[in-house]
Amino acid sequence: MLGLDRDAWFLLLPALIPVLVLSVGPLVYGMALAFTDAQSGVTRSTSFTGLDNFADLRLDSLFWDSFRIGLVWAVCVTALQLLLSLGLALLLNQNLRFRWLARTLALVPWAMPEVVVGIMWRLVYNPDAGILNNTLRHLHLTSGHTDWLSSLTLALPAVIVVGVWAGMPQTTVVLLAGLQNVPVELHEAAGIDGAGLWRRFTHVTWPAIRPVVLSITALNFIWNFNSFGLVFVLTSGGPGGKTRLPMLFAYEEAFRYGQYGYAAAMGLVMIAVIAVLLTVFLRNRLKEADQ
Amino acid sequence: MSTAAAPVPEQQAARPAPAAPSSSPGRRVLRRRAGRTGQYAALLCYLVFLAFPLLWLVSTAFKSPRELGSVDPTWLPRHPTLGNFRTALDEQPLLHAALNSLLVAGAAALVSVAVAVPASYAMVRFRGAVSRAGTGWILVSQMFPLVLIIIPLFMVLKNLHLIDSRPGLVVVYVVWTLPFVLWMLQSYVRAVPVSLEEAAAIDGCGRWRTLRSVVLPLLAPGLVATLMFAFVTAWNEFFFALVLLKTPEKQTMSVILTHFTGAEGAADLGPLAAAALLATIPSLVFFALLQKRLVGGMLSGAVKG
Repeated sequence: MLGLDRDAWFLLLPALIPVLVLSVGPLVYGMALAFTDAQSGVTRSTSFTGLDNFADLRLDSLFWDSFRIGLVWAVCVTALQLLLSLGLALLLNQNLRFRWLARTLALVPWAMPEVVVGIMWRLVYNPDAGILNNTLRHLHLTSGHTDWLSSLTLALPAVIVVGVWAGMPQTTVVLLAGLQNVPVELHEAAGIDGAGLWRRFTHVTWPAIRPVVLSITALNFIWNFNSFGLVFVLTSGGPGGKTRLPMLFAYEEAFRYGQYGYAAAMGLVMIAVIAVLLTVFLRNRLKEADQ
Repeated sequence: MSTAAAPVPEQQAARPAPAAPSSSPGRRVLRRRAGRTGQYAALLCYLVFLAFPLLWLVSTAFKSPRELGSVDPTWLPRHPTLGNFRTALDEQPLLHAALNSLLVAGAAALVSVAVAVPASYAMVRFRGAVSRAGTGWILVSQMFPLVLIIIPLFMVLKNLHLIDSRPGLVVVYVVWTLPFVLWMLQSYVRAVPVSLEEAAAIDGCGRWRTLRSVVLPLLAPGLVATLMFAFVTAWNEFFFALVLLKTPEKQTMSVILTHFTGAEGAADLGPLAAAALLATIPSLVFFALLQKRLVGGMLSGAVKG
């Protein structure tokens, strides 16, 4: 190319400055905070406390409960999202009638503010005026007075369903784009050779969309693990902390109790765990791909 | 893939055929038919799952308080009313919040795209350490939990007196939408043929002239799509707005909506639904406009080389 590197810098600068000042900078600062006793509203200066926050975290059973809930949530939502979205994408890739309707509907959750999705499902789950209990009552499946979001056992599954609903569109669109790149001729050839639907899926479709599936699953997992707004609106972490995702926990710690240093340490632990899990996940999958 | 207009006579002829060997055409057609039915059944399940919460939201928004209190709620409001919308607008400063959201999201989208256009161009055309670092940052930035960013950001913005201020939130949104905006714009820049730029250079255009008169016009459709996407993202955002805006007059739509779901939230289902519906309209409109671009390949037809 006819490029001079000076020009490249000049073009990058307007984006680089805000990113450095407001993203990279705070990130480094935030990581540093994890090793201090920073608090809000305290006049004495913050001091370096080494690994104290992490030592406290290790013994903080509430945090680990929340962490376990976060993992259950992230794994369930990500897996169900993938499964359901793959099914929907395969259907949308067929020439079915009403496909346009499904396509449009599949995009709507993506366009909705998280808060609205949360409010909407609160209306659905409402024990008295909600449509879910009402339908179940009419079908004589339950007595129809279940308080979904306040039940110690049902709150987490109920919230997971909402997470899946809200996250399906993006995954579906990405998978659909992947499916549309699968060469039609290959499918036809396999069909002529007598391969059934399932064999055509495992031998033609799956290998072609595998990279897309891997990257969207990894991204979904990260997004879900870090999600906040949906559950904040649905249950605020209740009942009894049964849906308190790590992000909600850290938010309370930082902005209700003002423990900045401690909350930053939580954030750091979350990143570490995500990084380890992703490395394991991606490495195993890539190894499989090599075979 | 065969289409929905499958050969009908073949199907009819096939019906009486005995199910003999598995390769007989009759059996195959039957199986395909069963497959089609199964596909439609599955599609119906998806439609129900995707649509019923939406329909319930709309239905609740148009029900009178008396009907909402009844034990046996119905899908269709018996006496549709706009009362909830009126109550919602009276109870909370919804219109003011909408204006706040509009200003913040609009400004953030404009600045974010303006800053990202030259950067994405540089990242595509000059492959070097800088663009590789940029791509790396885009990916890594997705991984960090927002707490780790918001705490130091909160402290920095506090020193700059940008806490509880709309410009402060705009700045945060610009940085927050940048990774995705850069990602999207790069794919549009890649679709602009280099040969066009080279031709312009041969014709005596300088670098900036080429950028302005050749690259930018070709990017226009992509720019609009990216702008809308950034706007919707900022309009829908909740976490930063919750942490950074404390004064009700400055709060955005997302935050104001949570005021309906207070301790006594159960009593106010109607206005809550009405307000939620109102808050969704702008995003829905933009998404309707964007739909083709999001579903059909993002680049097709953007450039006629």
